[in-house]
Amino acid sequence: MSAVPELQRAARPAHDPVLEIKNLSVDYGYDDPTHVLRQVSLTLNRGEVLGLAGESGCGKSTLAYAATRLLPPPGLITGGQVLFTDRDGTQSDILAMNDSDLRASRWQDMAIVFQGAMNSLNPVFRIGRQIADGIQAHKPGISKKEALERAGELLDMVGISADRLRDYPHQLSGGMRQRVMIAMALALDPQVLIMDEPTTALDVVMQRQIVEQIAELRERLGFSVIFITHDVSLLIEIADRIAIMYAGEIVEDASSQDVYRRPRHPYADGLLHSFPPLRGPRRELGGIPGSPPDMSKLPTGCPFRDRCEFAWDACAAITPELTGTAVAGDDPRRTVACLRHTPDLVQAAGFEPKPVPERLALR
Amino acid sequence: MSIDSEVLERDLDVAQEAAAPTSPRRKFLFMRNTKALTGLVILGFFTLMAIIGPWIAPYDPDARSKDVLQPPSWDHLFGTTHIGQDVFSQILVGTRGVMVVGFVAGIVATTIGVLIGVTAGYIGGFGDEGLSALSNVFLVIPQLPLIIIIAGQLPSAGGLTVALVIAATGWAWGARVLRAQTLSLRKRDFIEAARANGEKSWRIITAEILPNLTAIIAAGFVGTVGFAVLSQITLSFIGITSVSEWNWGTVLFWAQAQLALQQGAWWWFVPAGLCIALLGMSLTLINFGIDEFVNPRLRSTGLNARKLRKRQIRPRIGFTPVVHEAKEDRS
Amino acid sequence: MRFFVRRIIFYAITLWAAITINFFIPRVMPGDPVQAAIAAGGGTISPDAIPALQALFGIDPTQSLWSQYVDYLQMLAHGDLGTSFTYIGSPVLDVIKQALPWTIGLVGIATIISFVIGTLIGSGIGWRRGTWADSLLPISTFFSAVPYFWLALIAIAIFSVALGWFPSSGSYDRNMVPNLSWDFIGSVIYYGTLPALTIVISSISGWILGMRNMMVTVSSEDYVTVAQAKGISERRVLFGYSARNAILPQVSSFALSLGFIVGGTLIMEIVFSYQGIGFLLFNAVNAKDYPLMQGCFLVITIAVLAANILADFVYGALDPRTRQEG
Repeated sequence: MSAVPELQRAARPAHDPVLEIKNLSVDYGYDDPTHVLRQVSLTLNRGEVLGLAGESGCGKSTLAYAATRLLPPPGLITGGQVLFTDRDGTQSDILAMNDSDLRASRWQDMAIVFQGAMNSLNPVFRIGRQIADGIQAHKPGISKKEALERAGELLDMVGISADRLRDYPHQLSGGMRQRVMIAMALALDPQVLIMDEPTTALDVVMQRQIVEQIAELRERLGFSVIFITHDVSLLIEIADRIAIMYAGEIVEDASSQDVYRRPRHPYADGLLHSFPPLRGPRRELGGIPGSPPDMSKLPTGCPFRDRCEFAWDACAAITPELTGTAVAGDDPRRTVACLRHTPDLVQAAGFEPKPVPERLALR
Repeated sequence: MSIDSEVLERDLDVAQEAAAPTSPRRKFLFMRNTKALTGLVILGFFTLMAIIGPWIAPYDPDARSKDVLQPPSWDHLFGTTHIGQDVFSQILVGTRGVMVVGFVAGIVATTIGVLIGVTAGYIGGFGDEGLSALSNVFLVIPQLPLIIIIAGQLPSAGGLTVALVIAATGWAWGARVLRAQTLSLRKRDFIEAARANGEKSWRIITAEILPNLTAIIAAGFVGTVGFAVLSQITLSFIGITSVSEWNWGTVLFWAQAQLALQQGAWWWFVPAGLCIALLGMSLTLINFGIDEFVNPRLRSTGLNARKLRKRQIRPRIGFTPVVHEAKEDRS
Repeated sequence: MRFFVRRIIFYAITLWAAITINFFIPRVMPGDPVQAAIAAGGGTISPDAIPALQALFGIDPTQSLWSQYVDYLQMLAHGDLGTSFTYIGSPVLDVIKQALPWTIGLVGIATIISFVIGTLIGSGIGWRRGTWADSLLPISTFFSAVPYFWLALIAIAIFSVALGWFPSSGSYDRNMVPNLSWDFIGSVIYYGTLPALTIVISSISGWILGMRNMMVTVSSEDYVTVAQAKGISERRVLFGYSARNAILPQVSSFALSLGFIVGGTLIMEIVFSYQGIGFLLFNAVNAKDYPLMQGCFLVITIAVLAANILADFVYGALDPRTRQEG
């Protein structure tokens, strides 16, 4: 089905975290803020492709930008840690770093490919210069010539001819600009690459090319990826693990095959039934009734309960946490945020626990 | 210029969001902007003075008296001139001259600007090129020298005439901005839909396009009034226009002619200048308010410097502030 | 390329318009300029000069409008702007040539200083938002609302009359003869300081505000965040990514405001009796010296056009997108 080589997906990465986001909380607005992320935790292992999926406004981009402290005003990080583990084992909390350390760590350890390459390139600088200045900022000894040479190599790597170095951004097509962004991000050989909707603005053919390019580069250079998109079907193909977000929380975190064939959260299940499979018997297209909540007026308890067909009275009172699933035989590393999987918690709060629905307990 | 229209387009996008007509909160947001409110209050004050000035003035501004070159006193709040005239009354009576010219020039210039700018933007093609060339020519040709020459040759350049001359030379800026906006609006889907529906052009312009341009037209109007007031006072000061009608500029003309400066009669020329500055400032503040309304990025909502400093938050691009404050409990 | 060609065509049209307006002014104004000229000459202009005057004004009753216009254009092409009434016998062009350098010096230096300083301050304020600097804005609007000439009067009152630091009028010490000695240049600078200072103070707030607004808008663009994400030094992001892009509309608005700047300088010259072209124009209008008036207006317009062209070139050099006008 896909051209992504089987090779990279056969080996399940061991639990060797390179980036750990712990209890990250983010507000939007300084007085009367909206709590857009509430104590979110996520782990990225070395060599892994982690997909971050969800509807627009669920907070997936916010999570990525907050974790790198690139959230624009009026964003405010109100708590949590973001631990980056270097190749030699040293750990550092990005949120606790001072400005100069953060600047030094940027681009070398983690790099971001921003959403919308249309606006991510400075219109008055040549491409070569924009790639080179990132290199020069971190390697003060390097000469301009050498930096430009390296920029040329990078462009080559993403399939753009090196004589485009002297072009301005407006002279490139959308797909080429996206590839320039990728080349720029890989300039210092980062360990983590965060890609925010890299293919959303492109046509399907271009999408495929870019995805294949990323896969090939990953083979060669071995970085870990957080791939943010609303297109779950794409993630099923290319991601090792998928985390699904809803209303500023992660509601399901499991391997991509598990999410595809055996979703445990009603939202994940709804998402997967919202797009038609190319093959297989025809079936009625599901969808999820209702719309995402207004983040400034979140209901108590589970944020999904208004749209969930399995909600009951406990859901209004207790906010679910990400825990292991209650389905026997499941991968112990997979997590889900649903009260059906925490009967003890429900009981302790004085409600009648209910079992996992059959549709969400497939093996 | 390409960057100009891009920025303007983006501003319009933001304006669309900001000016959602159905939300009552939005309508009053403009009024709650302190800068704009201050400006409106000051403007209102001057308008009031313009209307009742001649009635409440304690003396006839032309009346001479024996109290020559007196500093401010209870009798003469702003002192007297070299022939005993009361400066305070002159300023009061002069307010009307100033405000009338300002508003007339503003209205006429804005009307011409809207007519030419919106038409040019809407019809496109050669009509657009022609009208744009016309407004660009008027933009580049230096206004003040032209006004000086024209006004200097007219036998009796009274207030109204000056207003019209100012309007005739100053409409081009507004026309240009409106043309750019109309051009970008025209490409929008809702306009295309209206045209496809067979709506008449003039209906589209008045019902769909003009309401979206309100903020810009208002800003242009305010700016033109300011410029007109300044020009008129300048012209009066240098003596080009008739000195028989009182306005703040003529007060200054006489002050200069009688070397008030050198004689140390500061009360003669300070009040007039302060009034102009206040009026000009009020107009600029109103424009700030409109600016911030149209482009929310410029607003300082929530960016109260002192409060932020206390919480040790420094909003920066690229370095999101991190605080460890009490957060809501998940359970 | 197309960008420049279009601009040049536009400027040619504007020049033609200015010339034509100049041609028509004496014709549409009430009164007979020829009679006024003779009256102003006070007997020094003989009736024989009437045909020449009529040709200058294009009011020759024996010729058609079109041929008068052509005559006028021919005169201009030969650099003949007529003869002044007030400076009896002197060609207008010569009179203007003497006054022009003063104005260009004053405007040029004061405006450049104002623009540069204002833009720098504006970038700083626009970059660091939410600081005390934001409250500077209302204060600077007050200064920008004050008319040029009033500020000049206050400046004269304080620095000239009260403190005696600077002279209140003139462009150089009357006792000196213009030459290129340091003494003379020093005198020029001394006399020019107060006028230049007033221009700078009253116009700087406009540049500060404009640049600040543009910086705020540009700083919220993605490429600035990307630059920060790359770990580039703060200074390089400010200047290379933010200010470099914010300055483009600033240059545009500078070009557009040139006419206005010239107007302000004219007033300044009148207040300080600074012998530039504005002062010349003012005196010409008062004396009804038509040839000088027309000449001044034409030269001022050409100067503004030239400055506009220069600004356009600067913009074209700064913005690579103009080289591919699509």
